Amino acid sequence: MTIAAEARAGHQFSHGWLTRLFDYKPFLVFICLLPALGLLLVFLSYPLGLGVWLAFTDTRIGRAGYFIGFENFQSLWHDPVFITSVWNTLLYTGVATVGKFALGLWLALLLNNHLPFKSLLRALILVPWIVPTVLSAIAFWWIYDPQFSIISYILVDVLGWRDTYIDFLGAPWPARFSLIAANIWRGIPFVAISLLAGLQTISPALYEAAMLDGANAWQRFRHVTLPMLMPILAVVLTFSVLFTFTDFQLVYAITRGGPINSTHLMATLAFQRGIPGGQLGEGAAIAVAMIPFLVMATLFSYFALARRKWQQGEDND
Amino acid sequence: MTISRRDVLIGGAGLAAGAALPAPSIAQTANIEKGATLRVLRPTKFVDPDQTIFNENTEAFTKATGVQVRVDYASWEDLRPQTAVTANTGAGPDVVVGWADDPHIFADKLVDLTAIAEDLGKKYGGWYPVAEKYGKKDKTNQWISIPMGGSGGPAVYRESWVKEAGFDKFPTDHAGFLDLCRKLKATGHPAGFALGNAVGDGNAFCNWLVWSHGGYMVDENNKVAINSKETIEALKYAKALYETFIPGTLSWLDISNNKALTAGEVGLTQNGVSLYFSIKNSKDEKIAAIGKDLNHAPMPVGAGVGRATETALVINAMVFKHTKFPNAAKEYLRFMMEKEQYDKWLTGCFGYWTQPLKAYAQSKVWESDPKILVYRDTWERALWSGYKGAITEAAGTVNAEYVMVQMVASVCAGQATPEQAAAEAERRAKRYYRT
Repeated sequence: MTIAAEARAGHQFSHGWLTRLFDYKPFLVFICLLPALGLLLVFLSYPLGLGVWLAFTDTRIGRAGYFIGFENFQSLWHDPVFITSVWNTLLYTGVATVGKFALGLWLALLLNNHLPFKSLLRALILVPWIVPTVLSAIAFWWIYDPQFSIISYILVDVLGWRDTYIDFLGAPWPARFSLIAANIWRGIPFVAISLLAGLQTISPALYEAAMLDGANAWQRFRHVTLPMLMPILAVVLTFSVLFTFTDFQLVYAITRGGPINSTHLMATLAFQRGIPGGQLGEGAAIAVAMIPFLVMATLFSYFALARRKWQQGEDND
Repeated sequence: MTISRRDVLIGGAGLAAGAALPAPSIAQTANIEKGATLRVLRPTKFVDPDQTIFNENTEAFTKATGVQVRVDYASWEDLRPQTAVTANTGAGPDVVVGWADDPHIFADKLVDLTAIAEDLGKKYGGWYPVAEKYGKKDKTNQWISIPMGGSGGPAVYRESWVKEAGFDKFPTDHAGFLDLCRKLKATGHPAGFALGNAVGDGNAFCNWLVWSHGGYMVDENNKVAINSKETIEALKYAKALYETFIPGTLSWLDISNNKALTAGEVGLTQNGVSLYFSIKNSKDEKIAAIGKDLNHAPMPVGAGVGRATETALVINAMVFKHTKFPNAAKEYLRFMMEKEQYDKWLTGCFGYWTQPLKAYAQSKVWESDPKILVYRDTWERALWSGYKGAITEAAGTVNAEYVMVQMVASVCAGQATPEQAAAEAERRAKRYYRT
């Protein structure tokens, strides 16, 4: 027994520094992380870094650029098209997020009840989220078409409530709200299913206790459901804001930013200037200008909404 | 794959049936590099035969020369980024059949094509002047690209409805055109032209509108000149014309006018020849019947240029300096433009990519259907985006930014007066035309 142990020790020793290095835990951890780190560096940090660098150059699609400092941002600051796109993005994100959460929460509460065909219904709800964005964008493009809209057809030709077809996308405000409606439709399932998962973790005992105390339905929602949902709400909200803020496909497929740039988002404008327009530097600058907004949205969700007070009631500090 | 001398002879013999030259000499006379292979990138087909015949012609080239060629098809939106990556990395395809402006953007990375361009010009009745503009480096006689084809956008109209509106012939002047549009509206078959962010159709309509009134984005020295009294006249005319359109054109994208014409919602629009063929060959009898009633005409001339004007979607082939086989690449382009190949391609595509070389105006395709005859002269009417200046990156950006389209659209929408819109377009164009 002792002999065997000694032999093993001797054997181990003979392997020298390499063995010891690999037995050294921090080193091993580092080695095991390398592949993941490499992937992150190559596919995430490098493109991001390059994008930020491009924003400070005058690179065009035909030639490498020179460093020009903040010139792109200064020029964008004086560009009404860019300023409009910033306002549009904020409006789009704000209204769509509120809409998605109001309707998503409502849907989650409905689905949380005992319904016939519960699992089937829950699966169906996910359809708008599963369908590729471009497909749903094309569907909405037909729905909003000035000549072939199903909505106009029903209102005008079937019901006879209107004389003319609705021009959904022809004027700035109707176009903006049409796009927001499409985005809400697409985003509801994600919110609803995530919140439903949250709802199901709430112990029924809490509701029973509240009922015994004489709480009505609204009070049960306000003082049991909502506080218990807050942590997941914060996470879902963060994701939802990020997805909405960076949305590209819906707008690009339905209006291309038209009419007269009234629906351009920062993402679509960045693409238009950078790739078809060939002004890579300026396109990158618009994309980089999105970063502060995204960071702010993330910080807000994390710090403001994840506070214990919000999670566990007003008087729990 | 090895090619024996016999294979070459057999392959060449088929070709020699049309050509006067004995076949095996192609590889020798052109000094094609030994063991040459080529990669070609081009836009994906818009009409089916485009790809089939292009591939057949490429195979014929392989047969005649032994050079293996791989042709990749990129979607229209991807072509430009892929061309740019090829240019900037110095790797990838040897030959790119790119969009009109791209050779001018990458001019210093391209192989000189003057010799083959001049040969082709001599052999096939000369290049149309606009083709020379597209092929030659700005203000020089050096060819950097071979324009291969252009898809024009004349007026497409329903003959019976135009007649019903009281016009036996399609009007050739602005006043007559406005009158026609008004009457078409009155009879319930209005005109419709894209005014949304439609990069093809929107620019086609608005360029015609401004050019035919004598306006232009920049002058010969690339100085922004859009804010002119001619432009303002054009915008006033646009406003009057817009009143006659079917509702909703401000949100029309490239495909919208096709849908509306096919459904019989509009009686007049502007488009490439593909729309006529898709209607005519439709399996739906009702739609195919519309085809019989369709016809084409050049858009009205106006006082602007002294001739009809039109925007053409041009494909422009270039050879990159990074290719190991420049002679093979040049020979490939020459081969594709020779009668045996080009005429077959032109005819097979029903004249979708019209010819930049004058001799092909005699092609049988232009006799095949009198209704497509107007497309034959696409290159005589065509002007480039960025007219009257050079074909530059700035011109491309201004086009991609819809500066011209939105200038017109903002007036039509009532958001701006013609004066304001022209000033705004000037401001936006100047952002890119700076020195």
